[in-house]
Amino acid sequence: MRAARDALCATADDLGYPERLVPALLDPGRATPTVVAGPMGKAADKRFDIYRNNVTVSLIDALAAAFPATMRITGETFFRAMARFYVRETPPTSPLLFEYGRDLPAFIERYEYAQSMPWLADVARIERAWLDAYHAADAPVLSPHALTSFPADALADTVFETHPSAHVVRSAYPAVTIFSVNRDSGPVGRIEAREPESALITRPALDVEVRRLPPGADVFLGNLLSAEPLGSAAAAASAHCPEFDLATAIAVMLEAGAFAAVR
Amino acid sequence: MSTRTSISAAILASAVATAVSSLAIAAPLTEAQVKAAMDAGKEKCFGVALKGQNDCKAGPGTTCQATSTVDYQGNAWKFVDGGTCTTMDLPDGRKGSPEPLSRDLPS
Repeated sequence: MRAARDALCATADDLGYPERLVPALLDPGRATPTVVAGPMGKAADKRFDIYRNNVTVSLIDALAAAFPATMRITGETFFRAMARFYVRETPPTSPLLFEYGRDLPAFIERYEYAQSMPWLADVARIERAWLDAYHAADAPVLSPHALTSFPADALADTVFETHPSAHVVRSAYPAVTIFSVNRDSGPVGRIEAREPESALITRPALDVEVRRLPPGADVFLGNLLSAEPLGSAAAAASAHCPEFDLATAIAVMLEAGAFAAVR
Repeated sequence: MSTRTSISAAILASAVATAVSSLAIAAPLTEAQVKAAMDAGKEKCFGVALKGQNDCKAGPGTTCQATSTVDYQGNAWKFVDGGTCTTMDLPDGRKGSPEPLSRDLPS
């Protein structure tokens, strides 16, 4: 609760409010804190209930805005009920609302009523990465020609600097297809995809781009993003996935703008 | 290198060259071409937007976006997936149209 306290009440610290106010904010079972009173010192139970309700509803609204495809899949009633449980269990730790919901995918994974949708958490992971890419710092992307300037025998040791917006989300389900059709406003037909799909999320300029990665490229890019050199990242991907095609993977990462520099 | 297969410098270099050349063909797109590509698959559809939800030619943040005042306003349009404009079902037998409509105008 301490983190939530910091997020909600940083400026009221010295008044001694947070300790007394915050525990009751997200728990409707608790009594109105004694620091809250109406005019002339009267009880303010109804006023506090309204305030408490607004806190919870605004956090649920923030999640609904950040996870539109997830909500489209579950329906609004299901999503908001799930979000309410999540909000009470995981209050925000940052005063910035767009930072909220990082743990929602993990929550969905163990949420009892979402067990019939095992891919839902991965769709939510893509949406969270989308929002992080959207808010990431602007940075120029690596020019494809920067790579060709390396001599052949130096390529294996080159290390890439991650673009601030780049994220890889690995999934055992067709998460990218499910994400794309539900993120759009168009009709959702029957989804026939069965293959696992991993996503690369980037924002090379103003628009966030979500790509489905070719086989093995998730391992390859995952390794490059954790600053492994090109040679060993490629070897690891080939070992993991025989269909891995290095040229395609490099083309995808350059086109998507996953990296800012190479050294 | 005991458990991992290593990849030779020649293979790496050729993969990089292949990747970069495949991009080089696609690289010099003009802004207009990029826009056309991004717009592909979307078409303007009149008379289908809920009030305040219409799109605007000049994009978000400009004056005409989100200015329609009645649901399904006939002279307000929204980008929809190509081919769905005239086939989507709207209440009371309304249909969308690629041209402005005279129904549901604000009074």
